[in-house]
Amino acid sequence: MQTLKFSHTTKRRLSGKKQSAILGVVASGNLEVLLERVLADTACEVNITTPLRGYDETWKAVVAQFVEQSSPGGLLISINDGGARPDTVYLRLMQGSALMEAE
Amino acid sequence: MEDAATTSRASWFQATARQRVEGLLDPNSFTEFLTPSERVQSPHLKLFDLPSAFDDGVVIGRGALDGKPVLVAAQEGQFMGGTFAEVSGAKLVGLLRAARDHNDLPQTVLLLLDSGGVRLQEANAGELAVAELMRAIVQARCAGVAVIALIGGRAGAFGGAGLTTATCSRVIISEQGRIGVSGPEVIETNKGVEEFDSQDKALVWSTDGGKSRRLIGGADAFAEDSMEGFGAAVKSLMAKAPAFNLETMQAEHERLAARQERFGACDDAVSMWRVLGIKEPEAIRDLDSKDLAGLANSIKEANHDAR
Repeated sequence: MQTLKFSHTTKRRLSGKKQSAILGVVASGNLEVLLERVLADTACEVNITTPLRGYDETWKAVVAQFVEQSSPGGLLISINDGGARPDTVYLRLMQGSALMEAE
Repeated sequence: MEDAATTSRASWFQATARQRVEGLLDPNSFTEFLTPSERVQSPHLKLFDLPSAFDDGVVIGRGALDGKPVLVAAQEGQFMGGTFAEVSGAKLVGLLRAARDHNDLPQTVLLLLDSGGVRLQEANAGELAVAELMRAIVQARCAGVAVIALIGGRAGAFGGAGLTTATCSRVIISEQGRIGVSGPEVIETNKGVEEFDSQDKALVWSTDGGKSRRLIGGADAFAEDSMEGFGAAVKSLMAKAPAFNLETMQAEHERLAARQERFGACDDAVSMWRVLGIKEPEAIRDLDSKDLAGLANSIKEANHDAR
């Protein structure tokens, strides 16, 4: 298993009060994303566990785009990957931040 | 934010374990035990270079259905086939033992089964978990707890999940649900294609599938493949779970002996349906949920006081 960790400083705190959310399933081509509002207002950390090696740059780019797009300040995001494609990863991250903003 | 996958009309078959729990129970009534944030994960999968899940593929907790308190466990059939393993098994066993020992907890347990059986990477722990779960269910039923199995997921209820189903107070199944011990491929591999052709999907579904299980009394209610379909079936059975005593056990043994006597010479499901007195057994596969449920309610074998 490979673990990756990306730390970002965001433009602002993610709105909403929801403390945690989970979505997706660890299955072939899918992934599980756990979002927890536990960090400082403009901090975001993404921890990924994946059985596929060699996609560090792809993960880095997808996470950076997500942070730029949704400014997920305050979130610790943990991912169990089942070999999801980058577009699926991005979709799940955006769904996750929308869930955290919903309440 | 409304999730289309948890509305009352959403498909049970397509949903994840979490979506089923949310779609089945009263809105905002669910409290999870051992949440994903606690990260109680499989200690073994990483040794096989396999990803683990934050809940190890089982969601447990308490909530309400139609205002009545229930304990719930849901297997995630898409993660490792919903398999019984060290953590996922312990969560199920723990929930049943809690119901058994604490009568201030809800005394109805809903098991949303979706499992191919034991997780091969944790086979010893998984086999033990199945044995402990069956024992815990029987002990909980002895203490007056109703344990209701809901089966309609992609993985069906095979292996240990099939055995577990047989120990429950009541069983609800949809057309897409399957109950069995050895799966079709396992039977074909061991006994030959003449015994059971796993590629013959019509044969497989007519044998293991929900319609036949309901008609011959292997399940007590036939649910439409939706959140409200399963919800309605639970509501109709919740208050009517049989007491678990010597009489129930004897009734179950008599029921099974009579079933073997009656269907013993049949070599497929259609011939069993003919024995049941169904005039056009070939037409069963085209019946919709409502008609099938109505037909099953009119058949003696499908309705019994055993279990």
